[in-house]
Amino acid sequence: MKRLLISLAAACMLPVGAAVAADIAVRGERIYPVTGAPIDNGVVLIRDGRIAAVGPASEVAVPAGIQVVDAAVVTPGLIDAHTVVGMVGYLSQDGDQDQLERSEAMQPELRAVDAYNAREPLIEWLRTFGITTIHSGHGPGEIISGQTLIAKTSGDTVADAVVVPSAMVAATIGEGAVMSGGDARQSPGTRSKVAAMLRAELLKARKYLGDMEASERDDEKDPPTRDLRMESLARVLTGDTPLLVTAHRHNDISTALRIAEEFGIDIVLDGAAESYLLIDEIRAAGIPVVIHPAMARASGERENLSFTTAARLIEAGIPVAFQSGFEGYVPKTRVVLFEAAVTLQHGLSFDQALRAVTIEAARILGIDARVGSIEPGKDGDLALYDGDPFEYTTHAVGTVIDGVLVSNVTK
Amino acid sequence: MTKPSQALPIMLTISLLAAVTAGEAGAETLAFTGATIMPVASEPIEDGVLVIEDAEIVAVGAAGSVRVPRNAEVVDATGKVIIPGLVDSHSHIGEVAGADRSAPIQPEARVLDSINVRDAGVRRALAGGVTTANLMSGSGHLMSGQTIYVKLRDGNSIESIAYKRPDGRVAGGMKMANGTNPRRDPPFPGTRAKAAALVRQQFVAAQEYAAKIEAADGDASKMPDRDLGKEALLEVLDGSRMVHHHTHRHDDILTVLRLKEEFGFRVVLHHVSEAHRVADEIAAAGVPVSLIVIDSPGGKLEAQYTDFENAPALERAGAEVGFHTDDYVTDSRLFLRQAAFGVRAGMSREKALEAMTLAGARMLDLEDRIGTLERGKDADFVVLSGDPFSVYTQVLETWVEGVKRFDRSDPDDRAVAEGGFGVLQPSTAFEFHGYAEGHR
Repeated sequence: MKRLLISLAAACMLPVGAAVAADIAVRGERIYPVTGAPIDNGVVLIRDGRIAAVGPASEVAVPAGIQVVDAAVVTPGLIDAHTVVGMVGYLSQDGDQDQLERSEAMQPELRAVDAYNAREPLIEWLRTFGITTIHSGHGPGEIISGQTLIAKTSGDTVADAVVVPSAMVAATIGEGAVMSGGDARQSPGTRSKVAAMLRAELLKARKYLGDMEASERDDEKDPPTRDLRMESLARVLTGDTPLLVTAHRHNDISTALRIAEEFGIDIVLDGAAESYLLIDEIRAAGIPVVIHPAMARASGERENLSFTTAARLIEAGIPVAFQSGFEGYVPKTRVVLFEAAVTLQHGLSFDQALRAVTIEAARILGIDARVGSIEPGKDGDLALYDGDPFEYTTHAVGTVIDGVLVSNVTK
Repeated sequence: MTKPSQALPIMLTISLLAAVTAGEAGAETLAFTGATIMPVASEPIEDGVLVIEDAEIVAVGAAGSVRVPRNAEVVDATGKVIIPGLVDSHSHIGEVAGADRSAPIQPEARVLDSINVRDAGVRRALAGGVTTANLMSGSGHLMSGQTIYVKLRDGNSIESIAYKRPDGRVAGGMKMANGTNPRRDPPFPGTRAKAAALVRQQFVAAQEYAAKIEAADGDASKMPDRDLGKEALLEVLDGSRMVHHHTHRHDDILTVLRLKEEFGFRVVLHHVSEAHRVADEIAAAGVPVSLIVIDSPGGKLEAQYTDFENAPALERAGAEVGFHTDDYVTDSRLFLRQAAFGVRAGMSREKALEAMTLAGARMLDLEDRIGTLERGKDADFVVLSGDPFSVYTQVLETWVEGVKRFDRSDPDDRAVAEGGFGVLQPSTAFEFHGYAEGHR
């Protein structure tokens, strides 16, 4: 079993380029470490790309000769918990819209790392507003659309940028995965068929995993013929990779919970427009939610969305992160800073909003040991603002990733 | 049965309520006190007083300087901010439709004949402080139809919410577009030059139609056959029907200015992603601009260089600037965010508020009736919880012609402001830009 997991994980490893690590000191009139109390007149010292110290200016010495940057407000680098940026060309031209493969309903073998364009202009756009980490990959629209990745918003190649090469397997339950009359394929044509196809595929993967384990226990037994599709679903069944399930309507969310329980798999709910109707059930299942963009249009299966959902889930104790979502037209991407911001007039507090775009997102993505707060030992990722980060009229003034000032644009 | 002793007070209450809700049964006078009032026509007033009588503003000023009529019901608005009703110069609420796919130029199509006044978009707009809107057909045509200016009063039909021109006809403009959206297979244009040629040909034909009418000199036997499209184009040519022109790229913007010069129509530029590149030319042409702030560039070729900087660049150049929602491209409930992002990019707060109100009114030729808080204007205003450009500010109340049309303290209205299960029905699931107009 262990051997299997290691070999599967190794298959997803990418050569990681030598990151340009650097030293920098960021002085903030107010620093929000997020996992600790705000610090007035503070300093974040980053050495060799990692946070070395954070505290009041009186307690953190700034070494001579080090680059120093000042800002009114400093937060951890922000995290976009689900996007298709990097997978999709921002001008919507044929030939670079790689966020969704429509040839089959279930293709978990598709890897975001094989499509991600680290030089896509919208990555720089997100970085300008202090977003330093994104969870990107195949979007909703097929029952299983592919494997997502987690990347920093700097780096010229996917190898430079990537944090987790295969983060989650993206799935869609409900009408979002149902074929319409104009589609070439007949199935899935109903909600029930979506669920039946997903369950059948997970059963196949369970058999594959069983055969694999049997061959490891018994030298007489051959392992099954290698199958990339089954390998990636096996990792979902073993709990190594969560299933990111996009579901908006309450009945579809219920189906997601039912399937998670049936197969004992970890899921992360994505979108979840009507999740406010199932707060008790979601909390009881211990499932986090990557909520739809607050400013998403209330159309189709999202017609019942609410600006208050994030606040209601968080009040109930459900982990919530924000996403920029999946857009086909304008805006080509949303910005989690802005999405979290508009919920402030709908019940979310400043602290809850800031946590949702930093440490909560990091925990949901399983990368909180590296990012999501300003703590010694974590990556040197910071967002700099000239005021309350969420205020409409505040400007992002700088972004630091791995100790490098990667943006000094005022926007 | 109601006891006789109770009957009279109940009847009085009912009649009073009727007067308040209808706003027309007898003189209803309200005085809002204690608020910061931003009249747009003048400097903000701390501790201001706004007095309205029925559907009209009768006084605005500082406490002590304004006489509050003895019969006025005083509304304490201490700590709140009152601004003029917002004017959305480009919206697609009401399931609006215009031209179909048969031809690229269809001036005869009237938005008037398509609007569903019960569309949930109307309630979203009120929740965002919008009191007047220009309802437009789409940008998938060079000319997609006659737009309509509506007042978001309680109305059961499009006629009951339409603004009327002084001659009694329904007020509206003409929607036009260039750039990428109207490009399709024939009979639609395949290039920019073709698009301009098709438009010029139509205007030339309209000029000839006008010449025939003039030559007939009132002789019915010599009049040309009635042509609904050309009749509308004549209104464009004589300046009584404003052109509202979708345009993004700098050269497309200049093409609009060139055609305006040739045919003499009046025009408002809409969206105008690359306004920052030709701000001086726009200002020199004296053409107003209705901007939209989109959260990222791109989505299509012509929006590649859109920038928050458009608003301050146009302000610096001296051009008239307004904003619009393009609802449901952006949500009417967040209309104030548009101007707030203008301020973020460097626009003055004064011009930003003017852009949301008076500038929009001018773009619709309605500045005599709306756009500022001044004596004699319609009692259209918004009560805010604070700074109009703060993310923390809520729209508390929206008043149209002296009637409270949105009240956040009412659970049903609050639900519209927030969304929720079954709230926005009939659905605004109308994918206007995605499907109806076919310009992905």
